[in-house]
Amino acid sequence: MRETELLVVGGGPAGLSAAVEAASHGCEVMVVDSDLALGGQLIKQTHKFFGSESERAGTRGFKIAEILLDELGQLKGKVEVLTNTTAESYYRGDGVVGCMTDEDNYWFVKPKKIVNATGASEKILPFPNNDLPGVYGAGAIQTLMNVYGVVPGKKVLMVGAGNIGLVVSYQLLQAGVDVVGIVEFLPNISGYWVHAAKVRRLGVPVLLKHTITRAIGENKVEGAYIQAVDDNNQLMGEPQKIDCDIICMSVGLSPTVDLLWQAGCKMMYVPELCGYVARRDNQMRTSNADIWAAGDAHGIEEASAAMVEGRIAGLGAAHSLDHVDRVQFGERLGMFWQRLDNLRAGATGEKIRCGVGKCTCQAWEVD
Amino acid sequence: MGWIKEHPVLEFSHKKKVKFVFDGKDLEGYEGEPIAAALHANGVTTYRKTKRMDRDRGFFCAIGKCSSCFMVVDGVPNVRTCVTALKEGMNVETQHGDGQVALLDERKRR
Ligand SMILES: Cc1cc2nc3c(=O)[nH]c(=O)nc-3n(C[C@H](O)[C@H](O)[C@H](O)COP(=O)(O)OP(=O)(O)OC[C@H]3O[C@@H](n4cnc5c(N)ncnc54)[C@H](O)[C@@H]3O)c2cc1C
Ligand code: FES
Repeated sequence: MRETELLVVGGGPAGLSAAVEAASHGCEVMVVDSDLALGGQLIKQTHKFFGSESERAGTRGFKIAEILLDELGQLKGKVEVLTNTTAESYYRGDGVVGCMTDEDNYWFVKPKKIVNATGASEKILPFPNNDLPGVYGAGAIQTLMNVYGVVPGKKVLMVGAGNIGLVVSYQLLQAGVDVVGIVEFLPNISGYWVHAAKVRRLGVPVLLKHTITRAIGENKVEGAYIQAVDDNNQLMGEPQKIDCDIICMSVGLSPTVDLLWQAGCKMMYVPELCGYVARRDNQMRTSNADIWAAGDAHGIEEASAAMVEGRIAGLGAAHSLDHVDRVQFGERLGMFWQRLDNLRAGATGEKIRCGVGKCTCQAWEVD
Repeated sequence: MGWIKEHPVLEFSHKKKVKFVFDGKDLEGYEGEPIAAALHANGVTTYRKTKRMDRDRGFFCAIGKCSSCFMVVDGVPNVRTCVTALKEGMNVETQHGDGQVALLDERKRR
């Protein structure tokens, strides 16, 4: 059985930030990530990020990942990184975590503390043939074309006009793939105006109050039917046939919280955070005193916030292991919260503020 | 479907090209990249057939979370090909229904 002070599950922006923070205080950290490379969603993002200056707005996503990996590299002696390794099980009795490296190499680790930064998984809509190859999540399309340089298809129908749908549409056009249209159930574009303007300028039609009703094809996608919806969200008019070989789903994400359920953390359904999330205190600690969570796994938000939440979780874990004294802990916690509050300020942050408010408690009765 | 040749923002630095076998056919892909990505670049979109309905399944999440891309790789069933690296000479097969662990035992015995 392996041992470590802190196990960070997931090496996206949240997990990497947690690892950097904890290790910088002298904590011994092990990071495991299912993927072949670290960086999570960041390494797929070719666009310049939103957010505030301190969270590297204006920098392209994959560059932010490089910066975080550099920081981690400088703490080499303290951090062990295992890619292609999935944390799959948590044994409540003794706090042991079961991991799998490759697809058939199983082993155990007993960490003193855990930060769960497992990100999110993509949602799908119910419609006939939605299981056909060619119906892909937006993240999958990004992985194919932005990380591995594979042409995903010829003609893409995008479902969903939130930021992800808009950004991925633009990235598809950059890669030379035709985007035949974007359908959006809502009467308005929920993504940022700049992203919408970019794709519109390039001639991609955005059909509001429209939805996909069926995918066409035998063994893979050969087209789709879309249809308008009325003010009561009922289908109206005639279905329209679309010629496409890819249907890209960008209809939202839900937090990946399997380990937290297994660990018996108190969970709560919070629509504003897009699914079940763990209840937490102000240092991101769950009701299981040995487990923290951060990033999309703690509620769908953005990389900028994921990095600050990761910092807070890493700080909290390091503090509980006596690597940070009370004064420094209080100071840094206050500084990170200032940054989070800045990111969540204003009208755009309202939904998140409301969601976080619902599942945050003042303090657990621990220690 | 192939690989992207030119991109305004990204540069792709692939490692070396390797040969692998898919359902008896020789294909090529880049070492260290996911098996599923290499298959997709070769125009292969069906990775498994479902047990009851015999429906085609391919890629979906690309991050090892949805089980859509399970295949039999070097005799091991239920391999998440979207997060498993391609190696020279790998034998990749379409998975039909549930994987059989017996195959795994046989491989280990060999
Ligand atoms: C198209 C698109 C555009 C975006 N644009 C912006 C933007 O402009 N600004 C912004 O701030 N944000 C943006 N985001 C959002 C941002 O990318 C995410 O919010 C952020 O990546 C969340 O970070 P994370 O670390 O929580 O999760 P992720 O980045 O998803 O990382 C989670 C990691 O955990 C690993 N993992 C999961 N489960 C396990 C397990 N059991 N064992 C081991 N490893 C596991 C995964 O492999 C993954 O590497 C965008 C997202 C997308 C998809
Ligand atoms: S595509 Fe989802 S697990 Fe591989």
